[in-house]
Amino acid sequence: MDLQTVSQINGFLAAFVLLTAFGMLAQKRIYSLIHLFAWQGFFLSVNTAIVAYVAGKHHLYISSVMTLSLKVIVLPYILHILVVKLKIRKEAETLVNIPATMLIGIALVIFSYYLTAPVTELSSLITRSTIAVALAVVMIGMLMMITRKHAVTQIIGFLAMENGLFFAATSATYGMPLVVELGVALDVLIAAFIFGIFFFHIHTTFDSLDVEQMTRLKEGD
Amino acid sequence: MMTPINIAATSVVLLLITGLSAGLLRRNQGLLIRVSFILSALASFMATASGIWTVKNGITEKIILPIGLPDLPFHLRLDALSGFFMTVIGLLSFFVSIYSIGYVKGFIGRRPVTRLVVFYCLFIAGMFMVTLADDALFFLVSWEIMAAASYFLVMFEDEKVENRRAAFLYMVVAHVGAIAILLSFGVMAGLSAGFESFSGFTFDAMRQAQFPVEWATVAFLLAFFGFAAKAGVIPLHVWLPEAHPVAPSNISALMSGVMLKTAIYGIVRVTFDLLRVFPWWWGAIVLTLGLVSAIMGVLYALMQHDLKKLLAYHSVENIGIILIGIGLAMIFTSFKMPMMAALALIAGLYHTLNHAMFKGLLFMGAGAVLHATHERNMEKMGGLIRRMPWTAVFFLVGCISISALPPFNGFVSEWLTFQAFLLSPSMPNQIMKLLMPMGAALLALTGALAAACFVKVFGVVFLGHSRGHHNQNIHEVDWSMRAGMMMASLTCLALGVLPTFFIEWTDVLSESLVGAKLSASAAAGGWLWLTPIAPERASYSGIIVFLGILAAYGIVYVVLHVNPGKIHRGAIWDCGFEKLTPRMQYNATSFAMPIRRIFGFLFLIKEDVQIKKAPHPAFPKRLHYFLRVRDRFWFWIYMPFTAAVFWIARKAGRFQQGRIQTYLIYSFLTLIVLLLVKSL
Repeated sequence: MDLQTVSQINGFLAAFVLLTAFGMLAQKRIYSLIHLFAWQGFFLSVNTAIVAYVAGKHHLYISSVMTLSLKVIVLPYILHILVVKLKIRKEAETLVNIPATMLIGIALVIFSYYLTAPVTELSSLITRSTIAVALAVVMIGMLMMITRKHAVTQIIGFLAMENGLFFAATSATYGMPLVVELGVALDVLIAAFIFGIFFFHIHTTFDSLDVEQMTRLKEGD
Repeated sequence: MMTPINIAATSVVLLLITGLSAGLLRRNQGLLIRVSFILSALASFMATASGIWTVKNGITEKIILPIGLPDLPFHLRLDALSGFFMTVIGLLSFFVSIYSIGYVKGFIGRRPVTRLVVFYCLFIAGMFMVTLADDALFFLVSWEIMAAASYFLVMFEDEKVENRRAAFLYMVVAHVGAIAILLSFGVMAGLSAGFESFSGFTFDAMRQAQFPVEWATVAFLLAFFGFAAKAGVIPLHVWLPEAHPVAPSNISALMSGVMLKTAIYGIVRVTFDLLRVFPWWWGAIVLTLGLVSAIMGVLYALMQHDLKKLLAYHSVENIGIILIGIGLAMIFTSFKMPMMAALALIAGLYHTLNHAMFKGLLFMGAGAVLHATHERNMEKMGGLIRRMPWTAVFFLVGCISISALPPFNGFVSEWLTFQAFLLSPSMPNQIMKLLMPMGAALLALTGALAAACFVKVFGVVFLGHSRGHHNQNIHEVDWSMRAGMMMASLTCLALGVLPTFFIEWTDVLSESLVGAKLSASAAAGGWLWLTPIAPERASYSGIIVFLGILAAYGIVYVVLHVNPGKIHRGAIWDCGFEKLTPRMQYNATSFAMPIRRIFGFLFLIKEDVQIKKAPHPAFPKRLHYFLRVRDRFWFWIYMPFTAAVFWIARKAGRFQQGRIQTYLIYSFLTLIVLLLVKSL
């Protein structure tokens, strides 16, 4: 595989990752959100494997397999169980209407291209053009956390942000050291468990998973 | 190897072990008290011995302990300065530990004392560690151990609201001070080894560095603020009259007698040993605050009728007197007058030791009174000299010492401080020319007011008749409490009549810190005469004065008692009223009344007299008198400050929406703004 092709494939997969990010931003149904999240993980994993092959970094294969197992299988499964257990049937509600959110998302993508322009100039990696996409995915994940009211959608936003970070790491420097990545992966898994436990508690306390309810926790003046 | 630092370290370890294993004996409280206080007395004695030895021979020893943080081991160093303060702390802790055997027994049956024993040992160990520390990390660790242990000791009787309030206030002030000290060390460490390396955290590195004056000023001001908060310098004194009275009396003796001195140690260590370069106005600040503390402390003390609160305000006064000495030494050093600097510094350090002794003695005496009467309010005491003759004598020794009257120790150190004022050649600075005579006058006024205050204390508490409920159970305290007070009294006397030995002993101190020996001139007239600069200018012989006083006392005794028939007791002349009761005696409030009138503008006084209507105004049925004297500083500084903090907190509270999305937007916007700023 010559470098030109690899660069093409990399860009192609980056586009898919960004597309799924926008998809999540627009999607109201929780089941579909989880599916989109799994797809994002899948593209990420494939992309990592290709980078590993081209750069000859063997530890990236491990990262790739971990991404596949964690983000495509385990985490969506946990989320799925959560949704079933908590009997979430209500559609995810948004604070800002969806078209406006999409427009903000587009602005963020342009902003990240503007930000990463100097980095792209300096870098010599074949994956350099996708740094901007990675940053955009992080920001869109955060935007999703801001605009959604439902606790489960917030955790999906959080995990999407993590995806973006991972993507940035692979595209900017061919991945972090293995130890760091193992640690991060473990953290994400544990975070998912902790969130799950919290959701049960929030659910029993407030009888709802709408984070708006938590304003009641605020101390009065 | 028997070297001073090993003995000192052993004593610290012994204290820590005693404190941490006190829980094993908690089932048998009587045994616990005896064992642990005897062990802490032993440890204090060892520390005192090592301190005296170090100063005597001018030894400097170091140990590096392999504990602490990675790459930041604990450095220990025992030099003349730390040896001196170790002697001060050890000596009083020794007396107080013996005293505590009897005093703490009074708690048995009322509450478990295990907590008191544990924190007592940790507290003393913390103070020793502060003097031993030779790096910023170990210093602050020890400082915090000391502060935390004393917090729990103040909280000992925690069912009372005032104790919890006092302990909280103490903790807040102690931590504000600790932050300032931490920042000061940060500045010094950063300047001595650069901000990339941690090696500057040792005091050795700071000693070798040359600090630019402006940064040295920052470090000094921070350190002085921090230590002043601990020492109770006005206006940072508010915690002191709250915390000292509510702690058990043996703890008050230690807190007032020696814990405040660790702050003096810190000031001397930082200015004379670590920074070394100072402009004259640093000394002027220290001197001015010392003068303010001395005069305000004694005036507030005069207004108190709670015995321990009164003593606490006197600690503010005496810290002021010590700071006058330190401040003068700093001024003289910056004007290159080493001889005068040595005089002022030794006067300040002498007063440090003396104040530890007599204030410890007075708090022990107050504790004995409290132990016997369960009463802190002086207006309900009286006539205790007949029930507690020993305590009365020891307390009188403390009163004379603190009033700076010969032949006891308080006189010598205050006299030396005076000499530093009076003998100083004219200053090359206009402000100093003004400050010196004013300072001398204020110091004289302080001494006179302190004497007035202790006439009041002794007269109201021990003389006359009991003003409160007539309690038949008041009895003299047991042997251990008397032994502790007696040893402190004898030390007060010894330091008063033999000052030349002290001067010679501390020579190495003044030589290492300001570069001049005092003994060359001060002890020039032999051990009998103390002559600070030259015999023809000023001299004092403690022994001759003491013998003179003894002779005068003997003559009076002989004249009065050789023929007992000459003295006969009669009834008090009551102007024909015939209904005198003990409550009609001259009391603490009436004694302080003239001074309250003169200096009334300094206090917040609320005075109210209510006369119950009677058939004729000349014959009132009942008269109600209400008087409350409060500290103005509380309303000048602390109330506005807390109000400002709450105002800011309320304003900042508006950012707290309680909605996760809002918080996320805060971080999101911060992120975007930071990225933008970075990319521009």
